Amino acid sequence: MAEIVLDKVTKRYPDGALAVSEANIEIADGEFIILVGPSGCGKSTMLNMIAGLEDISDGELRIDGQRVNEKAPKDRDIAMVFQSYALYPHMSVRENMAFPLRLAKVDDATVRAKVDEAAEILDLTQHLDRKPANLSGGQRQRVAMGRAIVRSPKAFLMDEPLSNLDAKLRVQMRTSVSKLQKQLATTTVYVTHDQTEAMTLGDRVVVLRGGLVQQIGSPQFLYDNPANLFVAGFIGSPAMNFMPATLADGKVTSPLGDVTLTDRVRQLVEAANANRDVIMGVRPEHFEDARLIDDAARGGGVVFKSRVEVLESMGSDKYAYFNVDGRHIESQELAELAADAGTADAGETAMALVTRLSAASGASEGEELDIWFDADKVQLFDPESGRNLTYSG
Amino acid sequence: MSETGELLTQNAVGAEAAVRKAGGKRELSEGKKAERKLGLWLCAPAALVMLAVTGWPIIYSIWLSLQRYDLRFPDQQAFVGLENYVTVLGSPYWWQAFGITMMLTVVSVAIELVLGMTLALIMHRTLVGRGLVRTVALIPYGIVTVVAAFSWRYAWQSETGYLADLFAGQTDPLVNFWSSMGIITLAEVWKTTPFMALLLMAGLALVPDDLLKAAQMDGASAWQRFVKVMLPVMKPAILVALLFRTLDAFRIFDNIFVLTQGSQGRSSVSIQAYNNLIKGLNLGIGSTMSVLIFITVAIIAFIFVKLFGTAAPGSDEEGRR
Repeated sequence: MAEIVLDKVTKRYPDGALAVSEANIEIADGEFIILVGPSGCGKSTMLNMIAGLEDISDGELRIDGQRVNEKAPKDRDIAMVFQSYALYPHMSVRENMAFPLRLAKVDDATVRAKVDEAAEILDLTQHLDRKPANLSGGQRQRVAMGRAIVRSPKAFLMDEPLSNLDAKLRVQMRTSVSKLQKQLATTTVYVTHDQTEAMTLGDRVVVLRGGLVQQIGSPQFLYDNPANLFVAGFIGSPAMNFMPATLADGKVTSPLGDVTLTDRVRQLVEAANANRDVIMGVRPEHFEDARLIDDAARGGGVVFKSRVEVLESMGSDKYAYFNVDGRHIESQELAELAADAGTADAGETAMALVTRLSAASGASEGEELDIWFDADKVQLFDPESGRNLTYSG
Repeated sequence: MSETGELLTQNAVGAEAAVRKAGGKRELSEGKKAERKLGLWLCAPAALVMLAVTGWPIIYSIWLSLQRYDLRFPDQQAFVGLENYVTVLGSPYWWQAFGITMMLTVVSVAIELVLGMTLALIMHRTLVGRGLVRTVALIPYGIVTVVAAFSWRYAWQSETGYLADLFAGQTDPLVNFWSSMGIITLAEVWKTTPFMALLLMAGLALVPDDLLKAAQMDGASAWQRFVKVMLPVMKPAILVALLFRTLDAFRIFDNIFVLTQGSQGRSSVSIQAYNNLIKGLNLGIGSTMSVLIFITVAIIAFIFVKLFGTAAPGSDEEGRR
């Protein structure tokens, strides 16, 4: 059990590349914190620095109030789970899990008891004498977890521990990781690039981009109040829709029509000292088939007409895709997100709009549909800095 | 539709019957058969060359070893069965050479393993000038053994050699039994450590970085990581390297020939075979010795493969002990 504090922690490589820049994070005792971001954002470097596998160039790392920058990994009393699981292929499951205890010169009886206990928790008892090569992916992952928990360390570090599993198993393991962490109440730092894991697992999420901490907060808070364009685009699936817009007199002119801002939003925008040119963001679930909106609610939003290009019925709700005219948004942050999602070269001419309609909607493909969206849920961003102009943190 | 369905079932039944007929052995499909045939054809040229350049000499020397055949007395050539083997295996000279060869093999391979591992680790870890370090380390292996052996001989020659000068004093180091053995070992080790290092470096590449990081997190010191993680994971590569080097070392010839001419009971089995076959012109006895060397080498290989479970790196899934 321990609290971990990153105080202006910086990682600079000998070639001058800055992997992590002045990260300030306070992780409370027993907290489950997620480091999330696209590849190359410095999240793994940060984890390795906490582990002691990489040196800290600048700043201070404190565990339980003590500076540990200079301490070797084995003296930090931290366990780590690797993406590749890193199981010792020549050892049985039992020997793998016992390895850290053996190195710590724990006596045989205690080792046996602890390994048995961990195997019990992780449902590995019948596999204890097998070699990792003979285990399935999920079992290997559990052995890796087992090796971490036998030591009862101060903290767990997990480096994308579920990304080598297939989708179904990942969902299952996700819940068991969450349960295990609650059961053990051990401080956990978890690195992932999967934003579903980030949303569902952690007490708090740290969003990283290019070595800089973008925002720290609970998953729901990040979702509702992204600090900037990057966080807004990264958190949420399908991602938030962005379009260029102009702001004047409490009114936003967008490709979806003119939006009269609600008082709440207008106050926020005024306080933020916004420019004329903005980027408007609307989450897919804030759209709805206009036929399902009663007249009283209609006034709180905007209705526009467009042709349904593709309709995907998910059972619980429907995803409708539209093409909306509008110039392309030039934004470094959005380009980065697109590159990470692999959609950078999709080559769309018109802007694609993703909406999530309720299952009751009778929309069909090719239909000219009236779509309503909630004006109060509109978020505005500064195109230059990416800052959220409607942020209410 | 239903016809094809029926046909398919019939075929399936037929195939099943064929499988049963073949006594449990599965019949190969046409595609597999064709593939196998192509495979055989592609191997054939190489196999033929192998037979011509290695198979034939082996069979011929086995044949010669069963003859009394001395080129000085060609008239007395006769088939004598295993008489030559009785002669060689009853000879103290053979056994002395055998003992010397074994000793040189074990000592030099052991030293090479330790040095080779060190060198491999250095080459593996080097970050700057990697190519240069590797090239420099490989130079001895690139020099012709005889040339290297001569330079060692000149270096150790009493009166003139610079190394002999360092230890100037008593006897000529190349004449004294133990010092000459040491020099032979040194020359062998100097020459073949790079080869060992190269093979071991391939093995080091088999150890994933994550595994070493995990061991570091688990609290292992550098030495513990090396002994408890690296070595066991590298085991297949180490065994292959040892096998190659042992087989090679057992046939030691050039270094001994140049440095001491195998005089004063310092000859290896290969030198003995050379002395009898080429110098003594005794084809029968010489061939017997080469066949015995062949058998010994085969036994060494057998021990490595069967007892230690040496296999190609990476194929050691079960982690055989």
